[in-house]
Amino acid sequence: MALPETVSLPPARANFRDTTVGRLLRRPSALLGLILLAGILAMAAFADIAFTGDPLDMAGMPLLRPGEDAAFPLGTDMMGRDLASGIFHGARVSLLIGGVAALVSLVIGIGIGALSGYYGGRIDRALMRVTELFQTIPPFLFTLALVAILQPSIATITAAIGITSWSGLARLVRAEVLRLRNSELAQASIILGASDARIIVRHILPNALAPVIVSASILVATAILTESSLSFLGLGDPNVVSWGGMVGAGRETIRTDPHVAAIPGVAIVIAVLALNLLGDGLNDVLSSKGERR
Amino acid sequence: MSPSVPNEPVLAVDGLSIGFQNRHGLLPAVRELSFSVKSGEMLAIVGESGCGKSLTALALLGLIPPPGRVTGGTVRLEGRDLLALDEAALRRVRGARIAMIFQEPMTALNPVLTVGEQIMEAILEHETVSRKAARERTLALLERVRIPDPERRFAEYPHRLSGGMRQRVMIAMALAGAPAVLVADEPTTALDVTIQAQILSLIDELRREQGTAVVFITHDLGVVSRYVDRVLVMYAGRKVEERDTRDLFADPLHPYTRGLIAAQPRAGAGAAGAVRERLAEIPGTVPALAAMPAGCAFAPRCPLADARCAQAVPPPRRAGSGLVACHHAGETHAL
Amino acid sequence: MPSDAALAAPTVSAAVAATPVLRVSGLSVEYRTARGVVHALDDVSFELAPGETLGIVGESGCGKSTLARAVVRLLDPSAGTIRLGDTDITHASRRRMRAARRDLQMVLQDPAASLDPRWTVGDLLAEPLEIHGIGSRAERRARVADLLGKVGLPPEAAQRRPHEFSGGQRQRIGIARALALEPKVVVLDEPVSALDVSVQAQILNLLTDLQSTLGVSFLFIGHDLSVVEYVSDRVAVMYLGRIVELGGRDSLWRRPAHPYTRALLDAAPRIEGPAAPAGPALTGDTPSPYDLPSGCRFHTRCPIAAGVCRRLAPVMQTLSPGHHVACHFPVGGTPPSD
Repeated sequence: MALPETVSLPPARANFRDTTVGRLLRRPSALLGLILLAGILAMAAFADIAFTGDPLDMAGMPLLRPGEDAAFPLGTDMMGRDLASGIFHGARVSLLIGGVAALVSLVIGIGIGALSGYYGGRIDRALMRVTELFQTIPPFLFTLALVAILQPSIATITAAIGITSWSGLARLVRAEVLRLRNSELAQASIILGASDARIIVRHILPNALAPVIVSASILVATAILTESSLSFLGLGDPNVVSWGGMVGAGRETIRTDPHVAAIPGVAIVIAVLALNLLGDGLNDVLSSKGERR
Repeated sequence: MSPSVPNEPVLAVDGLSIGFQNRHGLLPAVRELSFSVKSGEMLAIVGESGCGKSLTALALLGLIPPPGRVTGGTVRLEGRDLLALDEAALRRVRGARIAMIFQEPMTALNPVLTVGEQIMEAILEHETVSRKAARERTLALLERVRIPDPERRFAEYPHRLSGGMRQRVMIAMALAGAPAVLVADEPTTALDVTIQAQILSLIDELRREQGTAVVFITHDLGVVSRYVDRVLVMYAGRKVEERDTRDLFADPLHPYTRGLIAAQPRAGAGAAGAVRERLAEIPGTVPALAAMPAGCAFAPRCPLADARCAQAVPPPRRAGSGLVACHHAGETHAL
Repeated sequence: MPSDAALAAPTVSAAVAATPVLRVSGLSVEYRTARGVVHALDDVSFELAPGETLGIVGESGCGKSTLARAVVRLLDPSAGTIRLGDTDITHASRRRMRAARRDLQMVLQDPAASLDPRWTVGDLLAEPLEIHGIGSRAERRARVADLLGKVGLPPEAAQRRPHEFSGGQRQRIGIARALALEPKVVVLDEPVSALDVSVQAQILNLLTDLQSTLGVSFLFIGHDLSVVEYVSDRVAVMYLGRIVELGGRDSLWRRPAHPYTRALLDAAPRIEGPAAPAGPALTGDTPSPYDLPSGCRFHTRCPIAAGVCRRLAPVMQTLSPGHHVACHFPVGGTPPSD
């Protein structure tokens, strides 16, 4: 009969160094990205505690320079609004819009990419035409038009960004799903009698996830930039403070008091940089994982 | 060209050791391997995946990829130690005195050059002849490796050729410099049996006619039995047995060799009728490089192993026509 | 020497008498590619008896893998029928096919590619049961332990992931997964081709043991004659999409009637040491499947081809009970030692 004694298993590998997170933390650039992102998240989380008032209210003398008044460490803008409070509360709006818009785009992109890649044929052709349509229109102008029609609010801005930014992701997911659909992995599931939904959700998508995770972090960064650009152009939600809106508001005093525009500008740069560093790190860690096996 | 003295080995490997450097230290992949080949002789190095046979082949041409490196020993080709040569000197030897063919010719052929151009390049690399003469030689080589219609094949790109034809082109390229030694690393593993037979008999014919010494690396004992003079069996980086082919198959002395032969189903042995004999198994798997046993590496899988095997690596001992490295050599008959 | 009748294994004759579990007739598969239509499989017919192993052997491009894939309906046949027991599954809908798969399973060549690297072995083995709604969670767990034992793996293997195992161990997992549903037929597509000889022997022994305890039928696809012969009761030799010879393994190996079968036998590496080839070695390469030779597809390489071979495709004829050959000039009755 079979020979159980012939099989000896290697010791289990539960080494933290070898997990995705462990390997990510060993990369200096990815670690920096994570620290910066954690800082921004902390600002968003503690905005209400650190700055109790409405960041849109006049709080002190207008156009205070950073360090001029200890109560306003980053100074104030033309309307006497606290820039530090604006940065903290703006982090919320940026992260919220960036995160939710990326989520909307992920859902649409993964859905369309998965259906297109798995079923192929007519479904694929139809869905890819739609995707190409979205790819040919410049995404920023498309978002701008949508927001202008729908009236700017957090909800409409988020939806508009999400709706216009999924096409690249859909193509990426489609390519991965197409590859896995023809792999022995999927064939083994078909032979077992698994349903399409099971094959897609339980075997194909989890194995297609690595590049999706990488592009998700870039999607969040792009969404933050888009929101900032919209706010800068005055198409932001007028009821909340956002980094892009703050840059826009500082535009008029850029020659005399450049800090009013520069400080939120730096915040945007740091947020986008953090997400890109993280994306690069994830890309390295996730793509090299297969080779190690 | 140095004249080859009869009975003087053209290639002599002595105490060759190869290891991989990683963050835990040096992992030995080949240990104290010694063998030699004479002109016109075909030696097979046989072993299962991970036994170090392919690394050995690469070491013969100074082609060990990092993080691997040769950690000891000598490789003497016509008296010169190749391991002591610098890269420039090695390049002059490679192709001219020692050449190699691989399992998958596509990885070694340039897809954007025609077959003829590549062989011509190999000739012009080592000799100063006119392009016209090189072309003539190329056509002769293509003919030599039995490629039909050489004029037409000359202008063909590698991807247009079948696997068997590509391997013939590789052999033609390897022969361009009229090397003293040809290293063939699993040259027929990717080919169908009928094509494999053609390539094997071609290599056999070439070494008989041109006196090229052939080191044939393979995992398949069956492949070697028909053409090879001597067989060297490797296990976990060491030579465990080296014998004349006939003796090895007639009377394997190492329990691993015996196990390998018994594990192979025999074609045409169906006369046994309905009673299907169980195949002999070698239990377990090859030990990992990082977890080599202290004594004989085969001891954990060996039916004859005792306390001595677990402690001391058996030294190679003379046995009939060859060598065997086993504390219990000869006792395999009891199995 | 015992007579041929005595040599015909009792298992074979008993098996042939029973109702076949799988009946394939006139099966053809065509691919449309940019370069043209490929007739990958052409008019292939055979039956598989309960508890029997039918070996399919041939070189690359002979259609053996296409045959395996068509039988389990990973590919759609362009003609012919596949009957599993009493059910015609040739054009079964995906839904009906899902039910049929309980009786028809497959082991793929490369378990490293077919086992999801993210899943534990326990989950992978429980999946077929889960898909078909068999047993409770606890029952499935017990069944997984039982399956692991059957293929010679310890119960702790259930918590590990596929990449922690060696090639041979992974193939054991692949076999256990195919057996989870207790199928009647398992198609094995080159299951030992990627394994070292010593491990290959372990898997071949395991397959023979499992067959004798479970009574499952195997369709064993391979390119290595000695391996196919070892596991099979009957063997079909394929060349360029067609079966050229089909017979009991003893009869086929002792009296190969098709020149291609004889060439294959001659070319096969033999461990017994130098043996004089029985016939002339084959010259040339297998023709392109895009441009098939007329008449008998083997005539371009056949040492005994005549004019008729170029014009007419030979029909399958019966040489002796159970031994069939498609050749105009079969070597009849004489062993290949001329």
